[in-house]
Formats: sequence, C-alpha cells, structure tokens
Amino acid sequence: MEGGGYMYFAKEVLSQSSELRKKWEDEVRKVVSKVPDQRERWSTVSDLEIKRLYTPDDMKDMDFVRDIGYPGQFPFLRGNQVTGYRGRYWTFRMFSGMGSAEDTNRRWHMLLREGQTGLSTAFDFPTLMGYDTDSPKARGECGKCGVAIDTLEDFLQLVDGIPLDKVTTSMTINPPASVLWAMYCAAAEMKGVPLTQIGGTIQNDMLKEFIAQKTFMCPPEPSVKLISDTVEFGTKYVPRWNTISISGYHIREAGSTAVQELAFTLRDGMEYVEDVINRKGLNVDEFAPRLSFFFNSHIDFFEEIAKMRAARRIWAKAMRDRYNARDQRSWWMRFHTQTAGCSLTAQQPYNNVVRTAVEALAAVLGGTQSLHTNSLDEVLCLPSDSAVQIALRTQQIIAEETGAASTIDPLGGSYFIEALTNEMEEQAWDYINKIDEMGGMVAAIEKGFPQLEISDAAYKFQRQIDAGEKIMVGVNKYVTDEELPIPLLEIDDKVEEDQIARLNAVRRKRDNKAVKKSLEDIKKACKTGENVMPYCIEAVKNLASVQEICDVYREVYGEYRDPGLY
Amino acid sequence: MKMSERKLRVMVAKPGLDGHDRGARVLARCFRDAGFEVIYTGCHQTPAQIASSAIQEDVDLVGLSCLSGAHRYLFPQVVKLLQESGAGDITVIGGGIIPDQDFQKLYDAGIKAIFVPGTPLDVIVDWIKKNVKPLE
Repeated sequence: MEGGGYMYFAKEVLSQSSELRKKWEDEVRKVVSKVPDQRERWSTVSDLEIKRLYTPDDMKDMDFVRDIGYPGQFPFLRGNQVTGYRGRYWTFRMFSGMGSAEDTNRRWHMLLREGQTGLSTAFDFPTLMGYDTDSPKARGECGKCGVAIDTLEDFLQLVDGIPLDKVTTSMTINPPASVLWAMYCAAAEMKGVPLTQIGGTIQNDMLKEFIAQKTFMCPPEPSVKLISDTVEFGTKYVPRWNTISISGYHIREAGSTAVQELAFTLRDGMEYVEDVINRKGLNVDEFAPRLSFFFNSHIDFFEEIAKMRAARRIWAKAMRDRYNARDQRSWWMRFHTQTAGCSLTAQQPYNNVVRTAVEALAAVLGGTQSLHTNSLDEVLCLPSDSAVQIALRTQQIIAEETGAASTIDPLGGSYFIEALTNEMEEQAWDYINKIDEMGGMVAAIEKGFPQLEISDAAYKFQRQIDAGEKIMVGVNKYVTDEELPIPLLEIDDKVEEDQIARLNAVRRKRDNKAVKKSLEDIKKACKTGENVMPYCIEAVKNLASVQEICDVYREVYGEYRDPGLY
Repeated sequence: MKMSERKLRVMVAKPGLDGHDRGARVLARCFRDAGFEVIYTGCHQTPAQIASSAIQEDVDLVGLSCLSGAHRYLFPQVVKLLQESGAGDITVIGGGIIPDQDFQKLYDAGIKAIFVPGTPLDVIVDWIKKNVKPLE
C-alpha cells in the first residue's frame, strides 16, 4: 500500500525515547516495590491487556500518510467529514417505541419538541418476528418492547404529523424489514412525499440476528436475498435511504468483546456487499455509499474510541482494495452508535446516567454520525418521559458545553489510542481472515463459530464479575441495601386487547380479494427471485398485515429455528 | 450400598419471542460446569413446547429467562401446563428483567425463585443444589 515513505518518528527521537524509558522503568520498579500495583494485570472490559504507559515506541512502525492521514481522506481513520462536527453535530436520535402507534407517536412529538433531530423506531417482538398481535405466539408481548404495528393503518398513525420529507427515521426492523419499509414508502406516497425525498435507515441486518440478537424468520441464505432486494430497490428508487445498518450493537450486547464486535460486523458488511454484487449485478459504487453501520459504545472509554477509528480504516481498506470501489463515498464508514445497555445496572439506577454520559462521549470522540443515549431506567423497563429527557440532554450537553465537538478526532496521535487502534484492527483482520477461510459469514454461522466465540466471551466476563476481577459499581462493589426508588413506565396489558380489536376492524373493512391477490404476487416474486419490494408496497396499501406477508416468506423460504448453541 | 444420586437434569428455556439470550446461555454453561445435565431450548419457545420438552426430557428443574416484559403471562403459563400434564413436581424458576412488583404474582403462580441481573452465578447454583433433588 502506498505511504508517505517516512516513519512517524525520526530515529533520533526513538533513541532518546529509549534512554528515557530505561530511567522511567527503573523508577517504576522502585515505586512498585514499596507501593505494589492494585492488581497484576490491567485489561479493558473486553480483557485486552493494557500497558502502564504508551510511548513513541508504540507508533514507531506507523506511516503518517498511509495509516493516519486527514479527515475526509483515505484511510479515514480521523473521520469522513472534512469539517468534523462544526457544520452539524451528530444526529440526536433516540430509539423509542412502546405500546400502541398512538402512544409512540406522542413520544416522538415530545422528542422532536425537545430538540431531537432524527427518529428511531423500536418495534415490539411480534412485529419484529413477523407475527400479528392476535397470533398465539404473540400472547403477552404486544407493545411491551416497542410499538405494535400490524397494518398500514397503524403505521399511518405512527407517523401522524411527522414531516417525512424533513425528518429522517430509522427503523430497527430485521426479518420483516421489507414489509415495514414498504409501509414507510406507502405512507410517504399517501402524504404526497416522493420516494426520492424520504430519508432514513432500516436496520435490515439478518446476519447479526443469527449471530446475536436472535430475531429471525427464514434461514440465512434467503434472508440475505431479501436484504439484497431492499438494497437494489433503494439504489434505484429511494436514493436517500440507508437500506441496511450493519450492526455490531447486538453482537456486543450478547456478550462479545470489542474486537469481536468490530470483526463480525465488518465481515457481515462484506458478505452483503458480495451478495448484492453477485446476485443483483450492481456495481459496488452504485450501492456502497448507502451502507451504514451501527456500533455499541461500551464503558471502556479508550477501547471504544479505538474501535470506531479502526472500523473506519478497515472498511476503507476493504472497500478500496477488496471490492475495488472507486467512489470515495463507498470507502466511508458512516455509523450510528448506542450506549451499552448491558453496562447499565438495575442496582442504584441513577449511576446509569454517569455511565451513559461516558459512553456517549466516547462515541463522539470516535466520530459517530448519530447517537442514542440510554435512559437510566432502561435496564428495568421502557424509559419514562423524564428519563428519556435526561438521556437526550446528555448528548446536548456533550455537544454544546464540553468542547468535545470543537476539533476533529482530538485523540488522534495519542500513543495509546493509535497503538490500541492498530492492535484492534490487527485482531479484527485475524477474525475476518478466519471467516473467509470458513467460506464466508453464512458458512461460519452455520458452523456456530461467531455464536460460540461470543458465548465464550460472555461467560468469561460473568465469571470475572463474580470473582471480582472486573467491577460493576453497585453490583459487586460499593453495594448498598438502600435503593432509591425510580418511577417505572408500565405498558398496560390492555394495549393488546385494543390492538387486536383494531386489527380485526381493518380485516373487516379491507378488500380481502385484493389482499389475497397481492400476497400471491409476493409469493410469485419469492419463487422467481424477482425483487419483492414493489409487491410489498402494493400489499401493504391493500392493508395486508405484517404476518400475512411474512407467512408467505416462511412458506416459500422455510423457517429458521434457534439451534440453541451455548 | 446406596446408589449414588443421579445428576440433576435442568432445562434452561426461553419462552416467547424475546431473543435476549445472553443470560440463558451463560447460565446453561454455568449449570454444565456445576455438574448438572443441561438442556437448552434456544429462543422462541411457546409455553406448551417448554412444558412438553421438560416432560419428555425428564428434567428436575426448568429455568425460564425472559427480558421482554412478557413474563407475567409466559411464566405462569409454563407452570400451569406442567401441572395439567401431571408434572407439577418439576421446579420452575425464572429470571430476566422482572420488576419487584411482579415477584409476588409469580410466586403465587408457582414460580419457586426469581433471579434478576447482578445475581452471582454461584448463588443460583447453590439455590438449586439446596432446593432441588432428582425426581424419582
């Protein structure tokens, strides 16, 4: 790879550094003999070992032009945007959804009033899994973990009063992404907004579902086919839409290390790129600029910053050198970040505000384009209005008060950050190469490889917590019996009854013949390999339900069952 | 000479549509390391599926994990179905995101113990060793 041809430090600097190091090491030995270190080994939350000090030695093999460079220039280590956050901050995008479409719409309007700049939708489990609220499998779940959507009528209620040509909306929807996106497209058309003007993201990343989040419907191969359909449709007709958000968040929440999150997510991304090129015959530069990513920001501050920086550099290299992308926008890794739900504690929940603030700051220093900050009560229930407000304000304080957004990649050039970034990149490539050798990510998933790697890491971490080797304040240290009670948001079980009544009313009033015809059209498209998107839009306009369309997918492609690996 | 007591057979089960299985997977490993025979159902089991495999697999204990908020319906349903099939002697415990105010309701429904995040693994293992004996 081309470089500037000069090493980061002159030989003379390194030799001076080496002399000073010897002196310092002698001092360290003396002090440690009197005041021993509190523990023998210091490591990140992912158990990556950390040295006492980083020095020019740790950057001695770096080439400034090749490895670091400038923002907006290859390898994008320091960010995609040439002006950083000065033109605009990251998008304040709070993930929200609960109860009925009406309840969620109310929350959305509150968030927009409070200065949120983008929307993000949490759906309930039946919607996520492609079941209607009245399915026996959906009993007890309606509206509990997000908003319940059965038909376009619910969806129209959800986006009521939202200017779809101005606000971008993200939808965390995976197996039925094509269906819910079809609803968004249909809703836009009905509101007179052309598809070329709507913007947003569908998560639509099934590989990480098999790996981590376990919200799946059809087997991996046809799941990837449905994703390529949406990528192709977006490329042609909805150019401002991110048709996939390749997600590490859930991988991390399932217990992975930061390096595993980095490696598995980027390898998933490569799998999608390859499928779209091979299946759809698109040129990589036609669709790659609309691929987006989603990372976790965990509690280990520097490890997260290094991870995000490494992610940009790995992706740029992969897109340029592995897939021969020529458009610079194809090299960009644009990503959303969410602070780590799994770092929060039910014990002493107010401490979660502090954790979230630290994690959010890491995401900003890592150069995120969009951010969700968890609410202090999210470990117990869906967030209450007041808890959400604190979480949103946390981002606004970081943006407006701390100065963290004033300069680009402020930690760039730090011995520690650069060394950690390099180390994580190297370890990630090891994983990526290993998965390549297995025949790609679908093959690796079928072998259970990423799933078991994550299980190992999760179990190890839990054991470290139980042994007191890793600390969670309020859980295994600084424990108190007195808990300050916090108000909890409860989703009324009546939401389910009301939603079923609503669904039945829709079924009675719609043209059932038209529904049947549009479902048959989808089935035909599934069988011939045609793009399902136009048929989905037609079907949702005819008020076909989420489950009715997903049942077609399940019928044609089969159903995936959790192999129950641990 | 008394036959040595057979190993405890425990089932870790994920009822409902919830895919948050980190806790369930960690527990399955922990139970295995504790010397139990472990059956892990994987995600997305209906209460009926759980009850019937618990009976088929002859388990002594079922540990339910739910983080979606649907435990109020799903946990009691599993106990009810076990009882209806004459397997009410199988101990059922639960865990996940369970708010304090739901505990009593679940105990009343026959859930014998509830473990929430932050519980050390050994506490759960010890509870099982103390309270569950291999069924005849």
